Amino acid sequence: MSLMTPLKKARGLGSAKDGTHHWWVQRVTAIALVPLTLWVAFCVACMVGEPYAFVLSEFQSPFNIAMFVLFLFTAFYHASLGLQVVIEDYVHHEGLKIGALIGMKFAIVLTGFTAIFAVLRAAFGS
Amino acid sequence: MAEFTLPANSVVKPGKIWPAPEGATRTKNFKIYRFDPDSGANPRWDTFEIDLDDCAPMVLDALLKIKNEIDPTLTFRRSCREGICGSCSMNIGGTNTLACIKAIEDFDGDIVISPLPHMEVVKDLVPDLTHFYAQYASIKPWMQTETTPPQDRERLQSPEDRKKLDGLYECIMCASCSTSCPSYWWNGDRYLGPATLLQAQRWVVDSRDEATGERLDELEDPFKLYRCHTIMNCTNTCPKGLNPAKAISELKQKMVERR
Repeated sequence: MSLMTPLKKARGLGSAKDGTHHWWVQRVTAIALVPLTLWVAFCVACMVGEPYAFVLSEFQSPFNIAMFVLFLFTAFYHASLGLQVVIEDYVHHEGLKIGALIGMKFAIVLTGFTAIFAVLRAAFGS
Repeated sequence: MAEFTLPANSVVKPGKIWPAPEGATRTKNFKIYRFDPDSGANPRWDTFEIDLDDCAPMVLDALLKIKNEIDPTLTFRRSCREGICGSCSMNIGGTNTLACIKAIEDFDGDIVISPLPHMEVVKDLVPDLTHFYAQYASIKPWMQTETTPPQDRERLQSPEDRKKLDGLYECIMCASCSTSCPSYWWNGDRYLGPATLLQAQRWVVDSRDEATGERLDELEDPFKLYRCHTIMNCTNTCPKGLNPAKAISELKQKMVERR
């Protein structure tokens, strides 16, 4: 039983003075992903049925490398921001929430870096 | 974790059926959520068959008829019966609205009435709005100024500045929007919800208020403001036709503007 007043409960721990950066970056990465995703889809569609050497050469143009890396970085960054919100929305146990957030960030960094290094290896050779 | 199913003692069971009086030709079924905390029993759906030829046109009229003539234990809030006090907000036919300005003839088939969703129920159609009102109080919904008012008159506001309050000042705090918002359902303890945020915007844009920065400081929080995911249930359900989602997005714009 708690004898806290309703106002005390409503005010909670006060404002975190944070959240705007997260919200804004999520929007900016979403906007950036529109052209990046269209470009990646177009590029991959062009590779269909082509020989391995052609695909590899596509990955070796500086513009294509930049676009693939930017796409992967933006997509994984956006995914991390979005998943953070999903976890905060639905996981209410404080310990579990922190664990899930840290685990999610580690997983995103690992998969994101692996994807980017895969592109770089294709670009620069093993 | 967020709960997606009802706890065992909240599962709604079938209830009593109150038949229409003999000779009624035009009847309508009102299926109403009933819960009495003192009985210890689960909530139930009672069905009241109402003779529409002997009932005024609004859903609130039917509820009053039930309370006055059929079952006086039916409990609900009501006051002005003209959509200005916000007391009779409830979920009617799957949408949060005001019983007093919702016409019975707007519904085909049975009319299902339950309390505002995801709130603790005090009794029948009466939800506990204590936290909702406390959240409203937490945004200090009154004018804050440092400049003293003119000696001989009220604080002046230009017609253009007054116009900025349109679409905001009409809110009657009926809680229909906040209790329709999934984000408020899952995180209502910390998320302020659309009604309170619309009121916050009402004071942020008031040309006479001098605490704009402090108000935005208080709102800048991942939960208080940014749990709004633009789901838009608030705007769809508002019985006064207001747009809380737009008010919230304008608050977010100001947060970015002032960085």
